[in-house]
Formats: sequence, C-alpha cells, structure tokens
Amino acid sequence: MIALKLAFRNLIGAGLRTWQNVFVLSLAFVVIIWHRGIIDGWDHQAKRDMIAWDVAGGQYWHEAYDPYDPFTIQDSHSPLPTVWQEMIDQDKITPILIAQATIYPDGHMLNVKLSGIDPYQNILKIPTQELEVEGEDIPILLGTRMAKSTQLAKGDLVTIRWRDANGTFDAAEAKIAGIFKTNLPTVDNGQIYVPLERLRQMMQMPNEASIGIKAVNLEEPLPQSGWIFRDQQYLLADINAILEKKRVGGSILYFILMSLSMLAIFDTQVLSIFRRQKEIGTHIALGMTRGQVIQLFTIEGAMHSILAAGVAAIYGIPLLTMQAKNGFAMPASADDYGLAISEKIFPVYSAQLILVTVSLVFITATIVSFLPARKIAKMNPTDAIKGKLQ
Amino acid sequence: MNNGHIINIEGLIKRFPVGSGFFTALDGIDLSFGKGEFAGLVGPSGSGKTTLLNIIGSLDSPSEGKATVMGQSVGELSHKKAADLRNHNLGFIFQTYNLLPVYTVFENVEFPLLLLKMDKVKRKKAVMDALDWVGLTDKVKSRPKQLSGGESQRGAIARAMVKRPQIVLADEPTANLDSENSHHILQTMEKLNQDLEATFIFATHDDKVIQYLKRKISLADGKVINDELTPNRT
Repeated sequence: MIALKLAFRNLIGAGLRTWQNVFVLSLAFVVIIWHRGIIDGWDHQAKRDMIAWDVAGGQYWHEAYDPYDPFTIQDSHSPLPTVWQEMIDQDKITPILIAQATIYPDGHMLNVKLSGIDPYQNILKIPTQELEVEGEDIPILLGTRMAKSTQLAKGDLVTIRWRDANGTFDAAEAKIAGIFKTNLPTVDNGQIYVPLERLRQMMQMPNEASIGIKAVNLEEPLPQSGWIFRDQQYLLADINAILEKKRVGGSILYFILMSLSMLAIFDTQVLSIFRRQKEIGTHIALGMTRGQVIQLFTIEGAMHSILAAGVAAIYGIPLLTMQAKNGFAMPASADDYGLAISEKIFPVYSAQLILVTVSLVFITATIVSFLPARKIAKMNPTDAIKGKLQ
Repeated sequence: MNNGHIINIEGLIKRFPVGSGFFTALDGIDLSFGKGEFAGLVGPSGSGKTTLLNIIGSLDSPSEGKATVMGQSVGELSHKKAADLRNHNLGFIFQTYNLLPVYTVFENVEFPLLLLKMDKVKRKKAVMDALDWVGLTDKVKSRPKQLSGGESQRGAIARAMVKRPQIVLADEPTANLDSENSHHILQTMEKLNQDLEATFIFATHDDKVIQYLKRKISLADGKVINDELTPNRT
C-alpha cells in the first residue's frame, strides 16, 4: 500500500518526465495495435473479396470440372438440374458456363477463359448488368488487369475464336461493354465475361452450365446427381492457408515491433532508475528495505504502462475506430506493383489483440523496471547515496 | 545498551578492497556515545570519519570489531533489521541534502513517517511541527529545486528529526552552505539536541561546526587521536 502510494506520488511529482514516458509508451500501444489491425483487416478483406466476387455461399461444380486442369473444361458442362430453375429465378443460384477461347487484340493472340454469366444476377459482385446491351457484336466484360494487358478499352472491338460443342471453330467480333475493377485477380486475369444465353448459343449448349454459384444466405439444396457441392470452407482453403502463413510472418513483425518498443521502454527505465540511484540510496538511509525499494520502482514502472494504456485509450480508441470505419486509403499505384490491394483497407482490432498487446507491454514494463531496481538496491547504500555509478 | 551508552564501538576495523590489497579506513576504534550528546568526528579528508558515521548508521558494516547501536550489533544485522534500526532510531543529514526531487518539502519530511505507518492526522501534525522547528512552514508546497541551500538543509534536518530519532548523523552538513546559513543550521540543531535530547554526531572538518560541538573526537588515518569535551559548550 505504501509502495503504491509512493509510486503514485513519484509519478505525479515527476510531472513532465512521467508524461513523456507515458506518451511514448502509449504510442507503442497504439502503433502496435494499429499495425496488427491493418494486417488483420487486410486478411479479412481478402476473404471478404473472395466471397463477394467469386465464392459466394459455395459452388456446385459439374462432376468433371477441375479449375486447376484446363483439359476438363471441354467436358464439364451439362443441362441444369430442374430443381435449380426456381432458385435461379429467385436469384438464389446463378449458373456459369465456362469455355475456352482465343482473342486477338491488336493482332496478338491470347488464350482466355470465357465465363457465361446471367447479366441479371445479384449473387456475385461482378457488374454483369453492363452486359445488358443490344447489338450484333457479342458484349463482353473485362477486369482492369485484363484490359490493361490486352490494351482494350470500353467500346473497343476484339475478335473471339472458339470451338463449340460439336468441335467446330467459329469466330465473331466482341465489343467491350464494360471494364470493372476488382481486388481479386482470379476473377480478372485471363477472363472474359459474356451473357450466359449468348455463350450457350455460341457453344451450342442450350440450358447448360459448368458451375452454379449459390447465394450466401441460401441453405444448401439437396445434392444433385452429376454436380458436386463445394462449400466456402473448401473454396477458401487456399486463401486460408496463405493467411495462416501470413499470420506467422505477421506475428514475427508484431514481435519485432513489440521488441523495439520494449527496448525503448527498457532504455528509458534503466536510464531513469540509474539516474535516480542517489534517490534510491536516500530511500534506504531513511529506513526502506531493499525489497521495499525494488517494489516501489517496479510498481512505478508498471504504473507507467497502466497510465500509458489509459492515455492510449483516450486518443487511440477514437483514432483507431475512425480508421476501422473509414478505412486506410492505399496509394493508387499499389495495384501496379502486382499486389492485390484494395483502394482502402479496413483495420480489424480484436479484443484478443488489444488484451495481448496491453498485457505484454504491462508485463515487460514491469520486468524492465524490476531488473535495474534490483541491481541498484543491491548497491552499497553509501555509494548509492553519493550517486556513484557502479 | 551498555552503561547508559546508546552507541558502543569496540576494536572497530574497516577495510576496503583496493586493487589486489586493502585500504584500512578505520583502525581499531573504541568509542561510546551517550544519550543527548552533541559530538563531532573531526579530521581531514580520508581520516575515516564518514566511514565511521556510515557504520554507526548501519549503512555499512565493520570488517572487524563491534559496533553496537541501540543495543544491536551493526555487523550482525540483516538488511531488514538494519533498515528497521534506521527507520525507528536514526536520522540522517547529508552534505548534499538528498531531498527527494519530485516531492514537496512537506512530502519529503513526511516520507519517514509513511515508512513508520503513522496515521494521517498524527503524520500531518508531526510534519508541521518539524517544519516549524526549522522555520520552513511557509515552504510546505515548494519543491527542492525551488529552495536555497540553507532552506534545503533545513528541510533535510526536519526530515531527519520528524520521527524524533534517538540518534542523528550529520555528514558535513554545512559544507555547501555560506557562513550565515551554517550558523543558522547549527543553532537549529543545537536547539533540537536540547529540546528533543537526540544524540547528534557530526562528521566534519568545518571550524564553524567544530565550535558548536560539545565533544570533539579527532581522527587521523583511521585512528582516534583525541577525544575531548569542549569546555565552553559542555
């Protein structure tokens, strides 16, 4: 109790010195939590984007379909199960027909994946409504990466050549009806979106599809013969594995940042306590035991971190909340470096992250106060009183 | 306590390691101090007076011989017991005042009473009494850096005296003070010695202090070369 009272008195009495230490320590709290929040937010966003643009509530795959084997595309299509029709009408499932084709932008040849998708679908975030155009030319939709690599712009014409269900090659002019921007390269690179009915006609595959995308809020319908349901967990397995590896890397960075902060705290505390050895010697001369001195300075260090957590909360909570709400704008050129980065990253701060960070800083601040205090309390008090460095 | 003495020193030797050998700071000291003495250890630098004061104050321990303070042998005390002895019976006055810089004058003087776990009302009264003895009641809220040298030393005296210790040890208390402040400080301590009957032991080579002493113990090369009562002060 006396140690608590004296430690509090020391902190208040030290005035600006205390608040400088507390502010620096609070910065460590906020920066560490903010940094980790950005990384976690980035990871969450990657998953959210995958679900919004590609996975939705899961996918029904034609039994022959294997996205990692292009040779399966030719055979992975069949008429839709009759029970799906009602759900398609209710926008609970959207069928996609997948085919291979070649385009010739500016005289160059490029193999692409054609995805026939319902322009009226609302399950995926792809802006397929841009495909709702009348005309002779086949309306197609591209992502910005694809448009950039093919140097195609909205309104441009490009020749498409494909082979239909009967093995006959055919070709036609396609017009770029729209270009969309997405954070997800897998729905952009090497892909062209075509109205579903148009692709069915091109491929001679009436009422057929390769996959069916299930809406997020739809309960899983009964299994259909010839179709395999892949749930979110299956479809997100790769991204989960990547995020898990990133988490390990992120943890290393977290601990590096934490260690740097701890080093700063340690330096401050050691310097502070060694500068105060005359004070410690005086405490002993006035009747304090070594244990009481160690206790006093350790509590003082721990109180620094408690005050710092309070100060960090005062300016950190509004600051971090605002960032979590408004997002952290990434530079416009970040996408050019080949990184799939959204325009804004929304940090995610978990209770676990905050608790672990606060606890680690608290424990470390306590330890780094205890160690030098113990060393000085062991000094010959007659030397400590004179402030002699040992 | 032996023969009414509160401090007994017998055959005290103190050696400090220096390089591969030892330096003998105190060499066979035999001394006793009774209650209410106003005594001084006098001698040039290196004569051993501060070392002897530190041993009496249980901040250091003898290499050989025995130093008994308030019936307790300093060399045999644990750290905790030594702290207890200092806490209850000893007051220190340092050359550089050693006021705790982050505390006010009131808090500095209050500090020893907090260690004694005295209740708040008694504590406040004791602190104000002590500040009154030294004439610092107008500086209760000042911090040490706002005080002059004389005021700082008066604050240190109040801190040493506030718990009414049996023994007050003052190491060169006037070394950093001008003549006027030195006399003021010494008169204050002399009065406290008379009023509170505390034993004052000084370590000094300052003539201003020496003229106030009732007993002068001269040290040279770690030995007592003279121990006399000062006639005009006794």
